[in-house]
Amino acid sequence: MISSPFPVLIIVVPLISAFLIVIAGLIKKSLCYPLMILSLSASVLSSLAILNDVLSHGTVHYRLGGWPPPWGIEYVIDHLNAFVALIVSAISLLIGISAKRMVERDFPGKSAYVYCLFVLQVTGLLGIVVTGDVFNLYVFLEIASIAGYALIAIGEDGAPFASFNYMIYGTIGACFYLLGVGYLYIVTGSLNMADLSKLLPGLQSSKVVLMAFAFLMVGIAVKMALFPLHVWLPDAYTYAPSPVSALVAPLTTKVGAYVMIRILLTVFPPSFFIETVPAALLLRWLGGFAVLFGCIFALAQTDFKRMLGYVLIAEIGYIALGIGFGNRNGLTGSILHILNDGLMMASLFLIVGAITYKGGPRKMARFTGLHGKMPLTMAAFVVSALSVVGIPPTCGFFSKWYLVLGGIDSKQWLFVAVLLASSLLNAILFFRVIEKAYFEPSMDEQGVDRKALNPTGGQQNILSNKVKIDEAPLTILIPILIMAAGVLSVGLLSGRIVSGIIRFAIPAHF
Amino acid sequence: MEVVTSFKPLLALSVSAIAALLILLTGERRRNLREGWTFAAALVKFFIVVSMIPAVLDGKVIECSLVQLFPGVSLQFRVDAFGLFFATLASFLWMATSAYSIGYMRGLRSHAQTRFFFCFAFALHGALGIAFAGNLFTLFIFYEILTVSTFPLVAHKETGEAISGGRKYLAYLLSGAALVIFSMGVTYSLTGTLDFKSGGFLQGHGSDGLLRVLFAAFILGFGTKAALMPLHEWLPTAMVAPTPVSALLHAVAVVKAGVFCVLRVILYVFGPDLLSGLHLGIVLASFASLTVLLSGMLALAQDNLKRRLAFSTINNLAIIILGASLLSPSAITGGIFHIAAHGFMKITLFFAAGAIYVKTHLEKVSELDGIGKSMPITMASFAVAALGIAGIPPMAGFISKWYLCLGSLEAGQIVFLFVLLGSALLDIAYFGPIIYHSFFKKPVGRQHCGLDEASLWMVIPIAACAALSILFGIFPNAFVHFFDIASLVAKSALGTN
Repeated sequence: MISSPFPVLIIVVPLISAFLIVIAGLIKKSLCYPLMILSLSASVLSSLAILNDVLSHGTVHYRLGGWPPPWGIEYVIDHLNAFVALIVSAISLLIGISAKRMVERDFPGKSAYVYCLFVLQVTGLLGIVVTGDVFNLYVFLEIASIAGYALIAIGEDGAPFASFNYMIYGTIGACFYLLGVGYLYIVTGSLNMADLSKLLPGLQSSKVVLMAFAFLMVGIAVKMALFPLHVWLPDAYTYAPSPVSALVAPLTTKVGAYVMIRILLTVFPPSFFIETVPAALLLRWLGGFAVLFGCIFALAQTDFKRMLGYVLIAEIGYIALGIGFGNRNGLTGSILHILNDGLMMASLFLIVGAITYKGGPRKMARFTGLHGKMPLTMAAFVVSALSVVGIPPTCGFFSKWYLVLGGIDSKQWLFVAVLLASSLLNAILFFRVIEKAYFEPSMDEQGVDRKALNPTGGQQNILSNKVKIDEAPLTILIPILIMAAGVLSVGLLSGRIVSGIIRFAIPAHF
Repeated sequence: MEVVTSFKPLLALSVSAIAALLILLTGERRRNLREGWTFAAALVKFFIVVSMIPAVLDGKVIECSLVQLFPGVSLQFRVDAFGLFFATLASFLWMATSAYSIGYMRGLRSHAQTRFFFCFAFALHGALGIAFAGNLFTLFIFYEILTVSTFPLVAHKETGEAISGGRKYLAYLLSGAALVIFSMGVTYSLTGTLDFKSGGFLQGHGSDGLLRVLFAAFILGFGTKAALMPLHEWLPTAMVAPTPVSALLHAVAVVKAGVFCVLRVILYVFGPDLLSGLHLGIVLASFASLTVLLSGMLALAQDNLKRRLAFSTINNLAIIILGASLLSPSAITGGIFHIAAHGFMKITLFFAAGAIYVKTHLEKVSELDGIGKSMPITMASFAVAALGIAGIPPMAGFISKWYLCLGSLEAGQIVFLFVLLGSALLDIAYFGPIIYHSFFKKPVGRQHCGLDEASLWMVIPIAACAALSILFGIFPNAFVHFFDIASLVAKSALGTN
């Protein structure tokens, strides 16, 4: 058994620095941002170190306080959570970098608190990922959620209400999860995942275990915003401040998906959700509905950020669908989609942030002529959008391909059709925006078509526009471009990722 | 078969991607430099492609594997005779189109020329990727690159009509692509591989019923790009694009890429033996024949010149598919040779239509009376190419039609011989009046002022392509061995070498 200090460093460093940031804020405001970046970088480095350990030696353990499991809390990192931890820490670092200008402009004087909550949120998410204890997972779930409620509530007008709504849903979800954990504890007397996985196979027929499973699944489904428990999501992510929605939107839901995969594959025996209870069937149907529902509702939106919220619900549907196929290709697709969707959603939400930071519109109807003003941002947008649609060689295509293969392997033709149809719906969604931004002439403040008044060409309108929009500052632009580059390259590298990491994250008998 | 490992295929297709980026960076201000990149890339690309011909004619295969994408499938380029044939054609005509588009775009003082040239270069990147792809998955990646990079070109005018044309284009092609993903998935789960193989690799996998469904899904998927009826509707609508786009992409690169993919499926995925075993060749041939005859008749009804040409394209694409689905050596040779022959002739026709539009802003067939007096070179080239399409010697179209007719006799399917002859008559019926009216009728309502050709940037490519259409009719192996390569493909696909 390999033990290493990194699993705990990944949490402790951001946890402590979250409080240091507040103290530093009292002394000198300008210290907060570097401190945040430093702690997030430390998490990225630790996750890299862990991934390296896992790849070379297999599962890494760390016992908190030296207590042996199942009595003490243990952090266990295998291929699956090493992979997710790296995604979470790397994306949060990029979002953290971009947060500076937006936070300092929108919340002058309060930036220390925002950064503190931001880092706490990341701590919570990373904690969920690295822990090997179901109760400890609940604690981190609440840390992440409560930081999330606060962060969302500081947004624009509708935000406090949206956040309250989210809090009620989130708390119910957390309660369900906790109840599930409690039931499991009653029958097994253990909270350690590894221990539970040894004890549960003998207890499959127990009604208490069935109840525990149901509670856990519903609780997690709320947290990952799986249809029909997604209701809190669109409001919360629409009204949240830009850097917050860029952090919370792609990561919280993905971490929820990770918890679901972890519970289904590690804690319970994998045959449980496929054969003993019809959870796989349910996940397929809910996933399928989520995909269609998300896409169709997204079609009805006029606000770009809100549309992304519904697209996100569809993306969660893909992950659920892949799990529901219950075979190797489906699960590979789901796990790969955690990475791909994290990247493309973070990129899209940041792009909205960049546009609004520059005083640009959020209504899609007013995106006209944006490509001339923000060429690099819009190029990144096109790349991420193509990835959501699933056009190769962007990464989104590859997870969709695995999902389609999973559907074909399990002969679920209906869901294969849903997957393919959803690409077309996504194409409508995003090409609509691309059309606006690239092909329609720029409008001025009154919405008068300038090209009609001044037919000589596009160059002058842009200059004579009242609101002058240009590229966002480098701290925002560079993370966007890095993520767009990621979207482009992860697809072609997906072979390596799957054969090097994801293959080991799925139990061998699949 | 000897395999040579080389980076040439990768180089050939990345040349235009690099050029696309350089074009974007150079921008509108230094437009001569920008067009310089296009020219340089077109030339370099052509020479790289041509340099691979000797090796391939020797029976070698040039291979270049990059990364493994999933077990059994890599991002892999593999240049065989068929891929090289298409690549040669596309890169050959890109040179002509580059010159022509400068004349066209500047002649019309078009907006967003940087975007235009960027997307154009990227589309060529996609086309060559399709040509060189060593497996279905790689092919599909470039298939989608081609689809997406052509969308801005269709919507180039930014008018309502152009944008809705672009939408229609995307709707058709992305739906087709969804079917292709499905068929690829089924193929992979049946066989565990997607690598093309002469004579197919599906034999012995799956039940007959499943294979028939799979074949239908493949043909419907790729058939959208090949504008097989009833999936052709996007093509006439896409004629709203600037003429160089219609000429190179909607007569050669894009639609021929669709045909290329269909032929890949017929010859390299299913294979002639399996198809004739399942009696699918004859079904596809009948479908293609219907398209041939219907599109020929529909072309008669079009007054817009470019739309008429578009229906003629649909007609010829179906002829190529018909040839391949007859599964006899001469028919396959003729069909493949027709990819090139039709490419040269149709691009001449589009070029001519574009030159007329730039000079006179006329788009309708009924307005072209007497245009041959003011634009003699353009219209003479048009006449040459139009007669070539109808299969009149000594144009290249005659060679392909001759082999196709021989092929239908070889296959013992005399019905298709009549289809081919009927389509030739239809060709005459819809092109004949244009040629007659432009040379022998008096112009109406337009004062006639002597010689008035478009700029040399346009006239030279037009005349050159027309000359090449004749040249390839007399010497089908001139310069780039089109005919030898085509017959090599037929031989290797049917396993008779």
